[in-house]
Amino acid sequence: MMTTDLTKSELYIHIPFCAKKCLYCDFLSFPADEKTKEKYIEALCDELLYIGSERCDKPLRSVFIGGGTPSVLPAEQIVKVTETVRSRFDLMPDAEVTIECNPGTLDEDKLKAYRECGINRLSLGLQSSHESELKSLGRIHTYDDFVACIRMAEEAGFDNINVDLMSGLPGQSASSFEETLRKVCTLSDSIKHISAYSLIVEEETPFGQMYEDGKLELPGEDEDRQMYHMTSRILKEYGFERYEISNYARPGYECIHNIGYWTGVEYFAAGLDAASYYGHCRYSDTPDMEEYLKDPLAGPALIEKLDQSGLMSEYMILGLRLTSGVSVSEFENRFKISLFDAYGKEIGRFESDGLLEHTGDFIKLSEKGLDLANFVMRAFI
Amino acid sequence: MDKSLIRNFCIVAHIDHGKSTLADRIIEKTGLLTAREMQEQVLDNMELERERGITIKSQAVRTVYKANDGKEYIFNLIDTPGHVDFNYEVSRSLAACDGAILVVDAAQGVEAQTLANVYLALDHNLDVFPVINKIDLPSAEPQRVKDEIEDVIGIEAQDAPLISAKNGIGIEDVLEAVVHKIPAPKGDDSAPLSALIFDSIYDSYKGVIVFVRVMDGTVKKGTKIKMMATGACEEVVEVGYFGAGRFIPCDELTAGMVGYITASIKTLSETEVGDTVTEADNPCAQPLPGYKKVQPVVYCGVYPADSAKYEDLKEALEKLQLNDASLFFEPETSLALGFGFRCGFLGLLHLDIIQERLEREYDLDLVTTAPSVVYKVYKTDGSVIDLTNPSNLPDPSEIEYMEEPIVNAEIMVTKDFVGSIMELCQQRRGRYVSMEYIEAGRALIKYELPLNEIIYDFFDALKSRSRGYASFDYDLKGYEKSSLVKLDILINKEQVDALSFIVHSESAYERGRKMCEKLKDEIPRHLFEIPIQACVGGRVIARETVKAMRKDVLAKCYGGDITRKKKLLEKQKEGKKRMRQVGSVEIPQSAFMSVLKLDDDN
Repeated sequence: MMTTDLTKSELYIHIPFCAKKCLYCDFLSFPADEKTKEKYIEALCDELLYIGSERCDKPLRSVFIGGGTPSVLPAEQIVKVTETVRSRFDLMPDAEVTIECNPGTLDEDKLKAYRECGINRLSLGLQSSHESELKSLGRIHTYDDFVACIRMAEEAGFDNINVDLMSGLPGQSASSFEETLRKVCTLSDSIKHISAYSLIVEEETPFGQMYEDGKLELPGEDEDRQMYHMTSRILKEYGFERYEISNYARPGYECIHNIGYWTGVEYFAAGLDAASYYGHCRYSDTPDMEEYLKDPLAGPALIEKLDQSGLMSEYMILGLRLTSGVSVSEFENRFKISLFDAYGKEIGRFESDGLLEHTGDFIKLSEKGLDLANFVMRAFI
Repeated sequence: MDKSLIRNFCIVAHIDHGKSTLADRIIEKTGLLTAREMQEQVLDNMELERERGITIKSQAVRTVYKANDGKEYIFNLIDTPGHVDFNYEVSRSLAACDGAILVVDAAQGVEAQTLANVYLALDHNLDVFPVINKIDLPSAEPQRVKDEIEDVIGIEAQDAPLISAKNGIGIEDVLEAVVHKIPAPKGDDSAPLSALIFDSIYDSYKGVIVFVRVMDGTVKKGTKIKMMATGACEEVVEVGYFGAGRFIPCDELTAGMVGYITASIKTLSETEVGDTVTEADNPCAQPLPGYKKVQPVVYCGVYPADSAKYEDLKEALEKLQLNDASLFFEPETSLALGFGFRCGFLGLLHLDIIQERLEREYDLDLVTTAPSVVYKVYKTDGSVIDLTNPSNLPDPSEIEYMEEPIVNAEIMVTKDFVGSIMELCQQRRGRYVSMEYIEAGRALIKYELPLNEIIYDFFDALKSRSRGYASFDYDLKGYEKSSLVKLDILINKEQVDALSFIVHSESAYERGRKMCEKLKDEIPRHLFEIPIQACVGGRVIARETVKAMRKDVLAKCYGGDITRKKKLLEKQKEGKKRMRQVGSVEIPQSAFMSVLKLDDDN
């Protein structure tokens, strides 16, 4: 399943709203009034109708409603969106349909409505089980809110839940992170997937400003790496296997949608600033709300057209994010050139540096290579 | 031409006291240009000069002034460079004048360069009269400044025009003072030609345009001229005078006149500043005094950041040299930096200007090595080398002893900062000469300083220790024996030639330590640990370590991130491309320059 499926498409739907912006967040998202939300959903559905009838001609293997926090919207609006998708897209019966949620914004009715409209996967942003850490991130929920959500979700029939966690937080220690990991792993069998990110301080965020002002006390590099290495070891104890730099799943529950991104599957996208990829081109919708509402069909702007070398380069830098790595045979099938003719020198160098490993048909990052992925990827740009 | 109606003069001032602005006003008021034609500052016609607020090359302007006595006077205003690097050029420009206007800021008063420039003018027997500028400033104290000029410089200042060049106040007074206080030129039109070259520029149509002040004799089209120092002989094609920003041909230049000569001269090296132009068949008895061959004082390696641009750099240097004979360059090779040039400059400012012009006008990215002065190496075999590149230092066993250039430095500073400035001079191996209070609260401190101690970051240190108030001037005193060593930098055990430099043995440890610290910050982490060592004669005197890289990974990369993250990686890769490979270590270009600024006090 980790190879490119060129016969299917994926769909991403962006909801740029949230209850309150977290201090580290650099996604396009903001609080908004009810009226804006309503108008946005209308525009979004218009765009979806257009993409479904004019652009996308392959069956959808996944839909991902992300944000922002899609769960801030009233349930009817999400239902409207999914119904619109069903009306114009060829949604496969076993398609993975995910919605991102913030534990502070869910209730039983919403979860029930999601379930009924065909959403079969939840992605919950928890980040930490410690109240002090949640507070320092500017999150709006407590750990108890999260636990309650999990119970409600199970009640509503969800058995495929992802939980987002973060390491390298201000004031976080390896042992507090370990506690978060163990708590989440033992909380529920319906948690099938964990994304564990090492915090990235982005410039244009409050954290970025605090960092610049020297007011953000982050764990040192050694501790940060310790937490990262610990993550895969502990999650493994509970049956979660790492399959990407920051993603872990129980076998068979890897996120289909995201694997699409890393293996070059086409994806369409609707919504503000939403990025799509099809016909070897990358596009992006306008990031300007006013413009978007005025004309959601204006069509996404072409960001770049990939030629053969661009496609090969992406195949490498995205594929190497997966722990299974890139397939030598698939590379040759797709590009009609041997992987070693294309990148033999680079691969050889990284192999001797102990950053890449070659096993069977696959070239993958080593344990050390995962820590230094950019260093390797730059060579394939 | 009636000599009594000619006034040849210049304006001398400390930087920023308003020299160029006054020049503009004089040109404006004398009506040669309409206000519309005026560029903001006519004399500073190079973009770069305007930004820095200084004038690099001397130029001249001829204007016509109708005085209160009803007569029309020819004013030849000769502009002088305002920096110590160009002292020789200044002196030749002064020699072309009969008088000078001294501009002093009504708030700042007399500064180090004011003194240096006015003494230079007096040395050339110019009649100097002061004007007090910026009298409209709230902080202006014209009376105090007048007293100061009389006390410190010793020239009459009570009737000095009080002006604001910026706002056009008092300019008429200045023009009348030029007529009355600056003497008319002397000279004999029929004597053998002797004309002083005070500048020359290269023009792609006319060839070299030589700026001269005719002392005696007459020069016109067809005159066979000879440059007495270089021996070059040519037939004059055109003579003329200087309109603002253009050349206006005329029939002849006679004694006392200032103007230009063209004669199909191909290179500036044939027309050196300070040389005497005479008639080939009827030469004057002696050349004019004061000619000197200009020698570079500071050298550094200049390399293209992209080694493919070597030819472009060569062309750019050649073009710059067309108009700047004092710029010296020759090819040089560095293991770390590849092919480049060793360039010689009149001083640090000159170096800065050339570097900026290369980058701005020729769009070149450069890596420059630490500037070095010229050391004299006396070898055991009796020979002497002028060492301009530290890498060429012979083996210590072949060296008898070394000498370094020493300057006489004058620093003017308010008394609150005297202590910290003297401390700085001591740190820089200065030898105290004298200190005098030139007025209540201000001191003129004189030191002898090794030139190599002031070419790095002395200006910056001086400014920061005096909150910007100190002003500084120096001239070369000569060479002195000194205990000098070559400091080498080893990165991952490999010597980086471009980072070697000569240093006094007592400062070696300090400098070595600072360089290692600085390089540690500049060199990115690699897969392996990188030792950085400073060595003298093979002995390690300081060491730092760049730790191995532990983390370089993007935690997230989803559909919306791909283009952005790719760009980020591309940018990083672009940055890496611009690095220099030394052994297995990649060193950013900035590392070669960052070691130039090592003073902790900045």
